[in-house]
Amino acid sequence: MMEKMIFGRYVPADSVLHRMDPRSKLTMIFLFVCIIFLANNWQTYTIIGLYTFLMTGLSKIPVRFLYGGLKPVIWLVVFTFLLQLFFTREGTLVFHWGVIKIYSEGIKMGFYISFRFFFLILMTSLLTLTTTPIEITDGLESLLGPLKKIRFPVHEMALMMSISLRFIPTLMQETDKIMKAQIARGVEFASGPIKNRIKAVIPLLIPLFVSSFKRAEELAVAMEARGYRGGEGRTKYRLLSWKAADTLQLIFLAVITVLLILFRS
Amino acid sequence: MKKEIVSLKDVTFQYDGQERNALNQVSFDIYEGEWLAIVGHNGSGKSTMAKLLNGLQFPKEGRVTVCGIELNEENIWEIRKKIGMVFQNPDNQFVGTTVEDDVAFGLENMGIPREEMIHRVEDSLNRVKMDQFLSQEPHHLSGGQKQRVAIAGVLALRPAIIILDEATSMLDPRGREEVLETVRALKNEKSLTVISITHDLEEAAKADRMIVMNKGEVFREGTPDEIFSMDEQLIALGLDIPFSVKMTKAFREKGIQLSKHYLSEEELVTELWTSRSRM
Repeated sequence: MMEKMIFGRYVPADSVLHRMDPRSKLTMIFLFVCIIFLANNWQTYTIIGLYTFLMTGLSKIPVRFLYGGLKPVIWLVVFTFLLQLFFTREGTLVFHWGVIKIYSEGIKMGFYISFRFFFLILMTSLLTLTTTPIEITDGLESLLGPLKKIRFPVHEMALMMSISLRFIPTLMQETDKIMKAQIARGVEFASGPIKNRIKAVIPLLIPLFVSSFKRAEELAVAMEARGYRGGEGRTKYRLLSWKAADTLQLIFLAVITVLLILFRS
Repeated sequence: MKKEIVSLKDVTFQYDGQERNALNQVSFDIYEGEWLAIVGHNGSGKSTMAKLLNGLQFPKEGRVTVCGIELNEENIWEIRKKIGMVFQNPDNQFVGTTVEDDVAFGLENMGIPREEMIHRVEDSLNRVKMDQFLSQEPHHLSGGQKQRVAIAGVLALRPAIIILDEATSMLDPRGREEVLETVRALKNEKSLTVISITHDLEEAAKADRMIVMNKGEVFREGTPDEIFSMDEQLIALGLDIPFSVKMTKAFREKGIQLSKHYLSEEELVTELWTSRSRM
């Protein structure tokens, strides 16, 4: 189940979005998160909506994957909508029943905010759906590169991220193994009162922690034996290549930004 | 004649907080191009020795010389280029997210240019027959395959010596054979020196030379034939003797004489069926 949650994220496909440089995708998402707040009327929301759907189309990700990814957060969107609907006290009163009062502004804000939320989630999931975790790591390392000047450990952070990614499946398998071993000893993980179930996690966590520390130590020795001594003087095997499509994409986003500024009220 | 590539002279080592020396006045040479097996049961100091050879630990007393360079804090990085190590746990030495990334890890550390890296990654994966798995993630590989990737990672750095530190002890028999076969083939074509640290005497039986360690000291040094002829003593040291050696011994007790003291399983089988036909 957990495997699906994290690794089901990346969907391999041959699309413009998949082939783009992770740096341009990261920049795009970052800018998108900023400019979405420029939208404040139906024209601007239409622009941003069209842009989002265009990108989703370009990604060639099957709808069922998008749906699967969005399902857990859709309730949050609905909740946001209801919150805005019931608690905005501006505009004209359109509906009144007992304590429930709905104003015109509430409907408007409800739609705006939940759409904003929806677009944000869709765009950020596009990033993880079209980019492998290691590409994201490489992209971040490269984008944060200038921070090295102020002694921010960019290389170490990126290495830590990639090692964590590498060990997630290993630790997952190990958790599974320990769980089975404990079940064989009579621990119940899936039934019984909540209190017992929480307690049952302890004999799972302790061995997992112990072995993780052991792994970390052995990994450190192995890395040293293979000549690892920090980021300095290291070359990179993975190459990021910025293509014309990446530049175009950012220009397009800039145009969208200009449009938003022009049409916002 | 035989040229020594590694030499230990009166090496003593002690772990912090332990009273007993992990290694006590150990001296021996390792010759270029040989396959040396270092055997001994847990706590005999054999793994400590591996760590001393490439500067993961430093001796308290004595000298370690590798390829004519005496090991010290300054030149460990030079030495580590010459000695590649494959460790016990296949998972805990796999650094990269994919096979190719892992092989490239050591090369990245050395600052090798990217074009050269691509070439070397491909070449070394070819040699261990893992080139089909270039972009595979480690959790989809078997233990034996992971160890072969680890060997490729070592090979890519073009070392003179490979140390297998219990590299096959966590593998199933098939994985073990896979790994040993790979190392054997490489040794033959590249004149590598192989030091295999193991408690599996079957594996050690195929080495050119063996060193038996006990309680931090060199107990005996010799060819596998010589070592296995002292079977009682080996058992006393807690080492498990290969099946064929046990068989030979059992035959002798029954009064059936065999030509050699120690025979490999194949030799034993041949000897048995030929002796039967002689009767």
